[in-house]
Amino acid sequence: MRTIIVAAFSAVLVAGCATTPEDQTAAKVEDRKPGAKPGAASQSVDRPKIAAVDVTSKGSAALKDPANILSRRSIYYDYDRFDVKDEYRSLVEAHAKYLRENPAARMLIQGNTDERGGREYNVGLGQRRSEGVKRMLMLLGARENQIESVSLGEEKPQAEGSNEQAWSKNRRSDMLYGGEY
Amino acid sequence: MRFFLGVILFLSAFTAAGQLSIEITGAGAQRTPIAIVPFAGDPVGASLTAVVRADLERSGMFRGLEVPPLSPHPNENTPVSYGEWRSRLADALVVGSVAANPDGRFEVRFRLYDIVKQAPLGAIAYLFTRDNARAAGHRIADFVYEKLTGEKGVFSTQIAYVVKRGTTYELQIADADGERAQYLLRSNEPIISPVWSPEGRRIAYVSFESKKPIVYVHHLSENKRQVIASFKGSNSAPAWSPDGKTIAVVLSVEGGSQIYLLNADGSGPRRRISNSNSIDTEPRYSNDGRVLYFTSDRGGSPQIYRMAASGGEPQRVTFKGSYNVSPRPSPDGRVLAYVTRDGGKFQVALLDLSNQQVQVITDSDRDESPSFAPNGRMILLATVRGGRGVLSAVSADGRIRQNLPYAGGDVREPAWGPFTE
Repeated sequence: MRTIIVAAFSAVLVAGCATTPEDQTAAKVEDRKPGAKPGAASQSVDRPKIAAVDVTSKGSAALKDPANILSRRSIYYDYDRFDVKDEYRSLVEAHAKYLRENPAARMLIQGNTDERGGREYNVGLGQRRSEGVKRMLMLLGARENQIESVSLGEEKPQAEGSNEQAWSKNRRSDMLYGGEY
Repeated sequence: MRFFLGVILFLSAFTAAGQLSIEITGAGAQRTPIAIVPFAGDPVGASLTAVVRADLERSGMFRGLEVPPLSPHPNENTPVSYGEWRSRLADALVVGSVAANPDGRFEVRFRLYDIVKQAPLGAIAYLFTRDNARAAGHRIADFVYEKLTGEKGVFSTQIAYVVKRGTTYELQIADADGERAQYLLRSNEPIISPVWSPEGRRIAYVSFESKKPIVYVHHLSENKRQVIASFKGSNSAPAWSPDGKTIAVVLSVEGGSQIYLLNADGSGPRRRISNSNSIDTEPRYSNDGRVLYFTSDRGGSPQIYRMAASGGEPQRVTFKGSYNVSPRPSPDGRVLAYVTRDGGKFQVALLDLSNQQVQVITDSDRDESPSFAPNGRMILLATVRGGRGVLSAVSADGRIRQNLPYAGGDVREPAWGPFTE
């Protein structure tokens, strides 16, 4: 439960950030990175960090807001492929940024395959997909302990049917945050 | 925690809603004609003989003869007239009787004759309760089958399989004829890969109830289950060693899908025995426990390999075709059943391990999860017919086929249980 609240709290912070370009200069605040120099002549506006708890559901607004890229959670694959296609790069980058900025956030990545082939071999193929996403998130700064990559094989199709239209929806990785699974 | 308790509540042996039935769609070249005279005495005898006849006919190796009303009605003590039964074209004859005991149980006594050789083949008696009349029938069928074919019968064995109905999954066990089905586990998430322990009292399986694959061992008589593998990542593809002490599983805890050994009682550390950057999965022990067959795509496409059960350098086993998965060594160790893809078709193939001959034994095209009967005669498998998941059984020579239609659900992931006493 604590994890969920912390994640929700973190989500509020990101929701705030999301509207502010990273390089924009806001009110001067102390940079807490070690070695960083505080603003030269400015008065310190540093205040002790407060431990806020947000128990409303809007805490996860950024993750749920359809207008926010973070609400998109699925990465789709070509047949027998495991690489994250270029079109999903910005999506993975956004989630990596979220994980980076919210160390308490936890993610479960579920890899999936279409129905063709052996069930257990497909568990292996789905695992390869989810681990590919995890690796990419980690290269972009997410921490290993934030992410668990697992496979659902062919067992949880998004679309029913034995045709390419359904199969293309079922070859995917889904990213779920703590509290969502 | 709440969910776990909920599952436990369902563990007790509930009669399953659906029922498998069996249609024979092929038969052996020569089916032995056998006369099974309805057992004399208590009326339960007639239902017993119906079970015996259905079992023997389902094997595809026997044809039950219609027996007209006989006067006097023969029993196991009646002197047999070989000439008369020969004129009815019987090659074999079963006669017997059932008596109700004072303790409420029944006793069946029966005798089997070889009519052609004009020789008695044995007599036996069983005690049973009314609830277990079908089990008594299966035991009689096993006796007759073994005496007449020289191989052990599998009519008293059980099968396990998964039924998907809407979004509900049930792991069920039933008699080999599909009757007396019960469910062990009901879940809203998938269940795959059930495997029987060698003594038949435990089943290992993979359940997704925690939103990821976790391996459990279910103790049948105690109605309890334990988590065997729940490491970070995926946990799947359990296989029992022949001594029942070790379970091989596939874990992704160190990245990729690799084969590990675990103590079946859940004690001790995991031991990694495969080392590759590929998918290594679906381990299966050879019957002597020395070898592990497994599926690996280390060569670019999934093929079957073997290695020493303690680990070591793998050797490739399948060479024909670009997709071969789900290895299942036969009980005598001579043959390997597996699923092969040819074009878009997935079919069950048998590889003769002595001469490397491959024979495809099914004509369906979405076959999965072959499972040998403990006598090696039949192979149970999952396939798709009319858009529905169904079980099918095929004899190891490909000649005899049985469909096991199931009312009200998709059936998959069959596992044929071992011989039990």
